[in-house]
Amino acid sequence: MHLKLLLLPSFISALTLKLIDTMGYSKDQLLARLKELQIEFSQYEHPVVLTVEAQAKYVGNMGGVLSKNLFLKDKKHRYYVVSALADTEVDLKVLSQRLGLGKGGLRMAPEEALGEILQVPLGCVTPFAVINESARHVSLLLDQGFKTQKCCIFHPLSNNMSIFLNAQGLDKFLKSVGRNPSYIDLEANPPVGKDQPPDLAAFVPSDSPVLSDLPEKAPPSQDSTGKSVGAATNSAAVTAKAVKPSGNAQNVKEKPVDSVRPSIPAADAGKFVEELLDRASALLLSEISEDSIKQHGGQLGDEVANNIKKCLREDLKNLATIFKNTAYTEGFYAGTRYQPKRH
Amino acid sequence: MEKTEDKNQQQEEEQVVNPWEVSAKDGGKIDYDKLIDKFGCQRLDQSFVDRVQRLTSRPPHVFLRRGVFFAHRDFNDILDAYERGDKFYLYTGRGPSSEALHLGHLIPFMFTKYLQDAFKVPLVIQLTDDEKCMWKNLSVEESQRLARENAKDIIACGFDISKTFIFSDFDYVGGAFYKNMVKVAKCVTYNKVVGIFGFTGEDHIGKVSFPPVQAVPSFPSSFPHLFSGKDDLRCLIPCAIDQDPYFRMTRDVAPRIGYHKPALIESLFFPALQGENGKMSASDPNSAIYVTDSAKDIKYKVNKHAFTGGQDSIEKHRQYGANLEVDIPIKYLNFFLEDDAELEHIKKEYGAGRMLTGEVKKRLAEVLTELVERHRRARAAVTEEMVDAFMAVRPLPNMFD
Repeated sequence: MHLKLLLLPSFISALTLKLIDTMGYSKDQLLARLKELQIEFSQYEHPVVLTVEAQAKYVGNMGGVLSKNLFLKDKKHRYYVVSALADTEVDLKVLSQRLGLGKGGLRMAPEEALGEILQVPLGCVTPFAVINESARHVSLLLDQGFKTQKCCIFHPLSNNMSIFLNAQGLDKFLKSVGRNPSYIDLEANPPVGKDQPPDLAAFVPSDSPVLSDLPEKAPPSQDSTGKSVGAATNSAAVTAKAVKPSGNAQNVKEKPVDSVRPSIPAADAGKFVEELLDRASALLLSEISEDSIKQHGGQLGDEVANNIKKCLREDLKNLATIFKNTAYTEGFYAGTRYQPKRH
Repeated sequence: MEKTEDKNQQQEEEQVVNPWEVSAKDGGKIDYDKLIDKFGCQRLDQSFVDRVQRLTSRPPHVFLRRGVFFAHRDFNDILDAYERGDKFYLYTGRGPSSEALHLGHLIPFMFTKYLQDAFKVPLVIQLTDDEKCMWKNLSVEESQRLARENAKDIIACGFDISKTFIFSDFDYVGGAFYKNMVKVAKCVTYNKVVGIFGFTGEDHIGKVSFPPVQAVPSFPSSFPHLFSGKDDLRCLIPCAIDQDPYFRMTRDVAPRIGYHKPALIESLFFPALQGENGKMSASDPNSAIYVTDSAKDIKYKVNKHAFTGGQDSIEKHRQYGANLEVDIPIKYLNFFLEDDAELEHIKKEYGAGRMLTGEVKKRLAEVLTELVERHRRARAAVTEEMVDAFMAVRPLPNMFD
């Protein structure tokens, strides 16, 4: 199976994509991808290792710097991969606070999540796991210490090999899967309080948990009859999903992401119009009272109409601008990922 | 003729105003008349406000009516050209030094949005992440991250994506932009830039070579994807008056390299809650109202920390009235209360002692809460994809519509 995949040209068949989707990328597929992207790296095979210490025995003296990789979970079932130099001190309590999760918000993720979400074996947490569709909502925190190292060591999706590359190579890979690499000082311990917001709050995934997506994956694997039409559509969908940007990836129909659900509709024309009508009628009702009827009599209509225009004009223009910007963004997103017709 | 700024002159003068420091004489108020005189810019008088109203067929922005934007350079040229049918583009920016934006930061953006809507012109917004990386010693990644975060708050001010290009220096410098930077740099001697910005032998060369970066967005050829073939297009820069030195330098250089001088329209400084003498600082969250403050925070800050001109006791207040010159709630209302009639009424009653400080503070808290709420809702609608779209190097075919 691995040998066959190694012989694949850079275009991966639709059937394989479906299998990858359910089984996760293999080490060889990852290595092939790195070569495709012309990322400089070297590799070294060794017996399976489950800890950094064990890994050090085989590759510790080869000039690179070992990494330690943690797969973490918070109380709201959001997942994080923390990838650091082996010597960097990582205090989960501090990290939890810096993320805005409170003091005890971060735990090691359970073993099952490793297989389901990162799709790597035990002892094999690695930033490269984000190549998997299932890991698209996992937040990646990278030690800024990597940037100054000539050579960093990671597992390439399996623990019987280590790969050596520098931070630029890692960045190139991450960008190729739609992630924006961001390095932080993992040892920093800035105060977090009422007036000092958690400095890593941006790293908290704002999407719905991945677990709810997993059951959907089962059906496609059942119809792997290889019908070319069905497979083609599926692969297009999978390819499209795989390049979504990290963190705030969102379904076009959903409301824009943020922990605060906005009261302003996204590019949903129906909701937009309802919001406008609600505001107008609220204002209308407030303008019509016994007093105002007495005051204006027959002219009340004109008076109210003018007031509504005056009060709502700017407000509604702002709503309309947000609607326009959202619709434009959806179009722009689609446009930058559109596949030209094949001739 | 434009007066140039000299470091020695600065040391002799009492107040200091430059992009990195603003302080009044003896802890007093900033003397804006002196500033206009020293910098050599013009006062923006009522005739301008009326003319803007006429040309745009809509009521002038509250900042114009209240003299918040009070000084300019060549704004009349912009209006003359506009009347002839020659459009212009807007250029403003932000130095992303912190994630939290306060109301003072929003002021140039609120005004620029009005200008974009009223005159129907395009806008470029520069995020000087490189500057903050150098001056505040942030990492490159951190300054880039802050730039993106700030971009979201800027977008929330309501700019039209079909007419707005936001860019960060780290992303955009290069190509035609860089060519203009070199052209500008060649025209400014080391001595000159030391004189304008006060650099010393200890300052690193990054700082010394930064000014052209902030200068060249004033030239349309820096944005070939937007203004190709429109080398004649004029530029109007809304900014706070402490940015004037950058653009004095730019205006000096422009004719020498064959470009129009950019026009400027400049604002007062936004006072700290503790008063004109107080400093708004990022380390003191009680010195300003942040866009992330809750209604409760705003009420607390206004009640506990706003410096007022009210008298010590109710009896004295009823007798002497409030000192409107130093009263912060009145100053803030001057910026943010739209209704001219209501503001006049409050000033009159409060100045006469008939209205109490508590009432003024209550009204201010209402106005600010509404503002911050509206901003927060708009901010919630800004996605990463929207930021990407605003910051994409793309044509804007409808930018003058």
